[in-house]
Order: sequence, then structure tokens, then C-alpha cells
Amino acid sequence: MNHDIYVLGIETSCDETAAAVVKNGTEILSNIVASQMESHKRFGGVVPEIASRHHVEQITFVIEEAMNQAGVSFQQLSAIAVTQGPGLVGALLIGVNAAKALAFAYGLPLVAVHHIAGHIYANRLVADMKFPLLSLVVSGGHTELVYMEEHGKFQVIGETRDDAAGEAYDKVARALNLPYPGGPHIDRLAHEGKVTIDLPRAWLEEGSYDFSFSGLKSAVLNTLHNAKQRGEHIDPKDMAASFQASVIDVLVTKTVNAAKEYNVRQVLLAGGVAANRGLRAELERKMAELNGIELVIPPLSLCTDNAAMIAAAGTVLFEQGKRADMALNADPSLELA
Amino acid sequence: MKILAIDTSNVAMGVALVEDDIIKGEIVTNIKKDHSVRLMPAIQSLLKDCGVSPHELGLIVVARGPGSYTGVRIGTTIAKTLAWALNIPIVGVSSLEALAANGRYFSGVISPFFDARRGQIYTGLYRYDGGQLECIEDDRIVLADEWARKLQERQERVLFIGSDIPLYKETFQQQLGDFAQFAPPSLQLPRPGELALLGKNKEKADVHTFVPNYVRLAEAEAKWLAKQKGENKDGDGNSISLNDLK
Ligand SMILES: [Zn+2]
Repeated sequence: MNHDIYVLGIETSCDETAAAVVKNGTEILSNIVASQMESHKRFGGVVPEIASRHHVEQITFVIEEAMNQAGVSFQQLSAIAVTQGPGLVGALLIGVNAAKALAFAYGLPLVAVHHIAGHIYANRLVADMKFPLLSLVVSGGHTELVYMEEHGKFQVIGETRDDAAGEAYDKVARALNLPYPGGPHIDRLAHEGKVTIDLPRAWLEEGSYDFSFSGLKSAVLNTLHNAKQRGEHIDPKDMAASFQASVIDVLVTKTVNAAKEYNVRQVLLAGGVAANRGLRAELERKMAELNGIELVIPPLSLCTDNAAMIAAAGTVLFEQGKRADMALNADPSLELA
Repeated sequence: MKILAIDTSNVAMGVALVEDDIIKGEIVTNIKKDHSVRLMPAIQSLLKDCGVSPHELGLIVVARGPGSYTGVRIGTTIAKTLAWALNIPIVGVSSLEALAANGRYFSGVISPFFDARRGQIYTGLYRYDGGQLECIEDDRIVLADEWARKLQERQERVLFIGSDIPLYKETFQQQLGDFAQFAPPSLQLPRPGELALLGKNKEKADVHTFVPNYVRLAEAEAKWLAKQKGENKDGDGNSISLNDLK
């Protein structure tokens, strides 16, 4: 056994300023997240300029807290890992430049991490990854099915062609006059309501693992609009339940089909929408029917944006010899490769 | 003491290493390229050329704005993270004050400025008094026309400094006539060496809470505040500036 690897992770791709220290890519020593959600609430969504301003205010506080809680010194660190993209460019820039300054000050290797790779690697903090595996990544900005043959190698086999699932949740929540962020509210309402409204499911072409949620979103908005015109009342609970059923049906069916076709040993759920109870329950139910494929769902704190996942993914890339230099830039539309 | 000065608040990028009162090195470029890509390599190369390791630094001075929001944030983030990591103090200096320093031998008042689009400029008014640079009108964002009229009332010579002179020369000349003087190209870019020397004598800031001086609120916040007040007069969020809220 070689000596232990300690990696400091930094994540600022959206509205969370986060830093964490992870040991050997699997053990969380600290995981600090400063959320700006309260600040963005009044605008009904994340305002990029305001997010960037908050990141500057928080960045050193958060890193200091992560280092203190971990009880690790910079001299003990093996590398610094930072989210390079995708995300809001102004927000990403704060993490990237802070990481570069730290790497320079201490002569430490710098590793650039793809945000989605981070979400997937959140799973390594709770379970061993068994290859080949399939990961369903669902968040406000992403809906992707990623196949992995081995560590650090990602193949996107399906992605959304329009809205991300989380985006559809937010838009439908707004139409139902639910507070921001709407996802958790819909999930809660859905459990109280019944699936009474017939909403479309976008399966796309035969065999495709891509997603599309804009048609579903429009169908919800139209149904609400038409009911209002006719003076009919639609129970928001039933709408939430019907909408959620449609989203989950597509997500789970495609995931299960891909898991079978690619003959994977493990299915990982990742991203903020993994916090959705309905999705968790349905995925668990369907996966139980597939013998021998393990399902891993990280705890909520590791599903939403955090830096432990970035440190975990960064550790693997570091071990594979991947390095970034002082010219590293934020890339808001970075591809997962 | 070795001072590292950083300025990415506007198009020009400047980095300087100053030891005691000697400017050991400066890097200045004036090209529209990403500060995020170029700043750290510039710092790295300057320190390497000067044979100085980061841990020998004793102070970081940064131009904290006004200027491009993104540019100011890149400089500020790198400055505060370095200062925190190296456990050394940080000092913020107005980007306009650093630019005003180029007018050292001018006997009137100095108006350094950067274009802020839509006819607006970031500017303030400075004067050298007994070799000391003094701020006589706070940094602000203002319509160039309005600023010119205000300066005209002073009936004294004004030196305009900045690489955006071509954009507003006519405006200032029309209003101020012979009172308007313009810095030549060789004096239009802020010198990071001046920034370091200005910062040396200023109060140190708390690293953690150190933030840029944006001069104005984020547009969404200004609009939101205006809505709260129920007086969204012209529908332009920029009408409320941080100055108004002080
Ligand atoms: Zn995310």
C-alpha cells in the first residue's frame, strides 16, 4: 500500500460554494457547502451575477473550514481538484482561479474535474464502484445516462435534447405557484395526489437513450391553461403526481433498458434530482426485478452539488496522471470525456 | 518586503513585483484575452524571472474595481486566495486611483476613467497634493455627458487618463474646451508598479471578507430593490447604484 492520498476539492459551478477534503478517493474528511439558495429565492431562480459575487465572498471561508475540519495541512495534500465545467461561467471562474492560486502557493498538482464526473463519483464515497456500470445523472442542468467501463472513462449514451428533468420540475412548479426551488415541493405534492391526468412520455426513436422533457412541460402548462379557461379546477397534487409519474416512468424505463443492454454490474443514481423520493422508490422497485445488478443511491447530501464528489473524481484522475496547468480556464460547456 | 500587485479590473492586465521601493518587474499587456487564462501564468513567470518564491511575498495588492465584473473578480479571487494561503495581508486599491497615479506631474485635477457602456463611464476625481494622490470625488458610474458638465463647473484643467479616451475625447473637449487634457498612449494604461506602491501605505483588509468594489448593484438586485420601493421609474435597474444606498 502506498501512502495515503489527500485531495482538496473545490466546486463553484452554480449556487453552492463548496470545498472538501477526501482521503484515498473514498473517505470524506470534510465536506463544506455554503448554499446561496436563500439569496436567489427572491428572484425565482439563480442569477449568475449574484452567484458569482457570493462565491467571491465565501471562497476562502469555505476552503479554510474544509481544511480545518479535515485536520489536514496543505503540505499533506496530494492534489487540488476543481470543477472546470459545465456550469455558470462566472461562478466556475471563482473556483478555478482559487484552485490555481492554491496550487501555485503550495506547488501542488492541479486536477480539472467535469461536474458530472463529480456527481457520478459521489457514489464512490458510499460504495465500491463495480465496472461496467451505468449512471443516471439527473439535476437542474443535466439528464444523462453515462456508461463507464473503467475508472475515469465516461461514455454518454443518452442525454436530454431540450430541458433537463430538473428544469422541467422548476417550470412546472412555477406554473403551480410553488416556491423556488420547486423540485422538492412537486415531489411532496405528488405523494399526496393521484395520477389522474394523462400526460405524454417522450420515448423518442426505438432504442434511443436520449430524453426530452419540453413536450411534457408544455402539456402540463396547456392543461392548466385550458382548465383555467373553462373555469375547471385541477388539484395541484394530482397534477404534480401525474407529471412526476411521467418523468419517472421515462427515466427509470430507459435506465433499466440500458442496464440490460450494456450488461452492467452496477447502476448509480447521481445529481440533485436523485433526492426525489418518487424516483428513488421506482428505481429501487424496477431494479429489484433485475437480478444481480446492484443499485447505489448516495445520501441526499452527496446528491446535491458538493466538493467531496469533485475531490473523489479528482483523486482518480490524479492517480491516472491527469494534470491541469496555470492556464486552466473555466469551460461552461465542457464535454464529458 | 516583497509586494505582488495584481490588476485585471479592465482590458489591460498588470502584474508587478516590488521590493521595498524598487520595482523589480512588471508585466503589462493590453489585449482582449481571457484574464483567467493569463493571470496565473503571468504571476508564475514574473516571480520565476525575479527568482522569488511565493512564500517570500509579504503583501498582495489588488485593483479591486471598478471595472469589468468578471475581470475584477478574477484578480480579487486570486489575490485573496494567495494572501490566505500564504498567510500574508491583502490591500485593495481603487482601479481608478491606480490609473490616476499616471498623472503625477499634472497640476490640475485628474479624471481616470474606463468605459462602462451605454455612454457611461467609471470615474472619480483625483489630485496630487504635495506628492500625495488624493481622491476628491468618489469613484462612480456616471454618464460621460453629465460628468463633463460637472467638471466644467470647476473651471480648472482636467487630465483624462485611460485607454478609452478615443471613445469620449469629443464629449469632454466639447464641454471643457482647453480645460480638457488627455494622457498620451504611453500613460493610458495603469502601471501595476504604481498599484503596489499605492497599496503599501494603505490599510490592510480582512482576507476572508475582501470583495471587489463593483460600484453598482447586480442588475437583478437593483431591479428587485426598485420593485420593493414601488418606484421603478425608468425601468432601468442601473439607476440605483451602491452610492445611492450608502
Ligand atoms: Zn450538479
